[in-house]
Amino acid sequence: MTQAILREIVDYANRADPYPLYEELRKTPVSHDGDGPYVVSTYYEIQSLLHDPRISSDAKNLKATGDDPLGQGEEEGSTLPPSFLKLDPPDHDRLRRMTNRPFGPPHTPRRVHDMREELGGLVSGLIDGIATTGNLDRVDLVDQFAYPFPVSVICRLLGVPHEDEPRFHVWAETLAASLDPDPDADPTQHGKGAMDARMELGMYLAGLIEERRKNPGDDMLSQLATADGPDGSMTTMEVLSTSALLLIAGHETTVNLITNGMLTLLRHPDVLQRLREDPALSVPIVEELLRYEPPVQLLPQRSTLTEIEVAGVTIPKGASLWLILASGNRDPKRFENPDRFDPDRKDIQHLGLGSGIHSCFGAPLARQEAQLALSELARRLENPQLLEDPPPYRQNAVLRGPRHLPVSCDGIRP
Amino acid sequence: MTAQRSRDGALEHLKREGRIVVVGASLAGLRAAETMREKGFAGSLTMIGDEPYEPYDRPPLSKQVLLGNAVAQHTALPRRRAIDADWRLGVPATGLDMAARRVRLGNGDEVEYDRLLIATGVRARPWPNEEEGALQGVFVLRTRDDGEGLQRALAAGPRRVLVIGAGFTGSEIASACRERGFDVTVAERGSAPLVGALGGVIGEVAAEMHRENGVDLRTGVMVTRLEGDPAGRVRAAHLSDGSTIEADVVVVSLGAQRNTEWLTGSGLGAGPRGIACDAGCRAFDIRGIVTDDIYVAGDVARSPHALFGYQFLSLEHWGNAVAQADTAAHNMLSESADRRPHLWVPAFWSSQFGVNIKSVGVPPMGTELLVMQGSLTERRFVAVYGYQGRVIAAVTFDNCRWLPFYEHQIETTAPFPPPFTTVDRRPEGNKPVPADFPDPSIPSHGPTITLSGYSPADRKMTFTPARH
Repeated sequence: MTQAILREIVDYANRADPYPLYEELRKTPVSHDGDGPYVVSTYYEIQSLLHDPRISSDAKNLKATGDDPLGQGEEEGSTLPPSFLKLDPPDHDRLRRMTNRPFGPPHTPRRVHDMREELGGLVSGLIDGIATTGNLDRVDLVDQFAYPFPVSVICRLLGVPHEDEPRFHVWAETLAASLDPDPDADPTQHGKGAMDARMELGMYLAGLIEERRKNPGDDMLSQLATADGPDGSMTTMEVLSTSALLLIAGHETTVNLITNGMLTLLRHPDVLQRLREDPALSVPIVEELLRYEPPVQLLPQRSTLTEIEVAGVTIPKGASLWLILASGNRDPKRFENPDRFDPDRKDIQHLGLGSGIHSCFGAPLARQEAQLALSELARRLENPQLLEDPPPYRQNAVLRGPRHLPVSCDGIRP
Repeated sequence: MTAQRSRDGALEHLKREGRIVVVGASLAGLRAAETMREKGFAGSLTMIGDEPYEPYDRPPLSKQVLLGNAVAQHTALPRRRAIDADWRLGVPATGLDMAARRVRLGNGDEVEYDRLLIATGVRARPWPNEEEGALQGVFVLRTRDDGEGLQRALAAGPRRVLVIGAGFTGSEIASACRERGFDVTVAERGSAPLVGALGGVIGEVAAEMHRENGVDLRTGVMVTRLEGDPAGRVRAAHLSDGSTIEADVVVVSLGAQRNTEWLTGSGLGAGPRGIACDAGCRAFDIRGIVTDDIYVAGDVARSPHALFGYQFLSLEHWGNAVAQADTAAHNMLSESADRRPHLWVPAFWSSQFGVNIKSVGVPPMGTELLVMQGSLTERRFVAVYGYQGRVIAAVTFDNCRWLPFYEHQIETTAPFPPPFTTVDRRPEGNKPVPADFPDPSIPSHGPTITLSGYSPADRKMTFTPARH
């Protein structure tokens, strides 16, 4: 038995514009029917649940309902332990902390900042590439830009050979798709494909890590594999699941942020024009995009450790929660004119990167990538026009974004 | 909400051409001034400050500045907007004539006001022996000049630094000095660092932090005398246990005193504990009657808080200064029906020995403590304080992302011990233990929150009703 709400959320018909559905959902901040997940759609409720220590991210705490469409089998029996995304403290904290050592403050405060020039080079290279293909009547901004850019970045960062991209792309796509809750799929089949992909990806990364242990470089993979800090070092399995997480998350989210961003700008030519004249505007633009069109629309894997009350609804212990971040971001109780794209908005504390201990690990990198990508596209594309509106979307309801973004332009500025 | 129109137009007149005087040109004073302009106050605004500097930020003085990562002169507070004020800097306010609505200044000037905001804050409690306190190498740390002087002394590479008092500031100083590789002794009258603010259980964790980071921590002792060399430089300190510590830099970190002396005799309800005011930041006079034209904000204010038994709280908290200034400024320019109460949940943070410490609520009110998440031994935890069956405060060490949840527990007077389980619950979180606060009537470095409504010290007060 499948809940009507879940069916609607995953229904592809709602993909291009899920916001009317979310508006409907918000009328009941906590929706639930049957045995399935409790769906939370309002800003303040989601925000407080993300900071609520009675909520777990560990799939083991879910009551085995068998009705959970997520295919919890994904982790079980897999050769890789769950990544910190699906762990609670203290294991989550330890792994995230160790992963952060080579990535950000306080130990590596300049890592993301120092990549700026390199990122700039990648962006220029890709836009130059669009120019040299010659066909400016139909440019696919996903395949020609928004996808290859973050992939190159995450490969550089991790130290994964870019030429292996076709191999891990398949696994990454399978794994990303497995995040998409499909109420009608055969859960065993659904889980099996993901498990295989995860295992193959793990084996591929294991080879790389072994190599890095012998010849460490300054990439994150080397540092994760050889690091020895106050928390000790990661086990090989932990390095594998962590690097798999970084590879996939660095892959499948930023592409949507950039694509959703360009789509939104093309729909708001006045803002696009302002960005062209003032690249610094990319900072508030990206923040507003994370609110208005967040690349991660919902978090479908939290559960209750105890009975809790949310917005007057008593949720039993062991229940599954879906937190619809994108709906919270358009909650009129939190934001004035929430359906308006407004980069001049003040006091913007969106849910686009989550909140609490699981808030987006790669946020500083994602922000920098998106700011750079959007400001350069705005500056260099001459008179860009959207060819299809809405463009064709990916199936995924969780990691939502256009599969293609066909545009035309008059030329490419140097 | 639509603003009510004043019947006699007094409020419009005040907004258009009134005179507002702010005494205290620091965080609270500046933020209040900004809010007033934001709300359309177009009259004259005078900012009075005893220091010669434009408003600056203090938290960096005991952290980044001591580490040498920032310069004391460069900690000016960012401005949210222009305030177009008449600045009277480097001159203290010395008196207040409530009847004539006039503030007297140290240079003999007098400034008239229609509304007055007092945000004079606190100053560091000096070393009790003036002569010893004047020795070269003896510092307190509150102002920019203090920070600059201490920074210079540390740059000279002292052989040993002695910190007297292990409250938050003292601990931060010790931490910064250790990080720079200096030998550090900390002398604390209480049983552990931070004990006045967080109690003995958490104090023990702090004590371990000090010791593990190489601080020579002496607890349960007092410094009885500072000794100088013939050139007038400090060279040693004598302790109540008979020991002597040789040090060439001594930082006196014995808490703060409220800057209210200038109000003596003015008729305002001001004293060593601050200036009493109502929840709307209106000051009381000494008869307990609320004034209409004098407001208070920041460290120097003490106001009743519904959530904490209506006790008068005075808070030396950065966030409180900002929030209270905002409320005071709003109320100064509002009709009585539009005024807002300042019901901020106390919150502060500190950073020492690489650990981020945050707290919400009023820990010193707590009698019991429960480790809800993490573990004291790992120094990563959330602990909640219980008071008469409810959650009254929470403290985190390297675990602050959960704090909003516990703040909500405090705001909703949730039961203690909390009847639910959480992620990362360990065996030590199964049973509440006594929070172990020292008797508040015994002096120590003092907590950053002062509860004064029901303090035992008030028992000596006798109430004599007037006879008609």
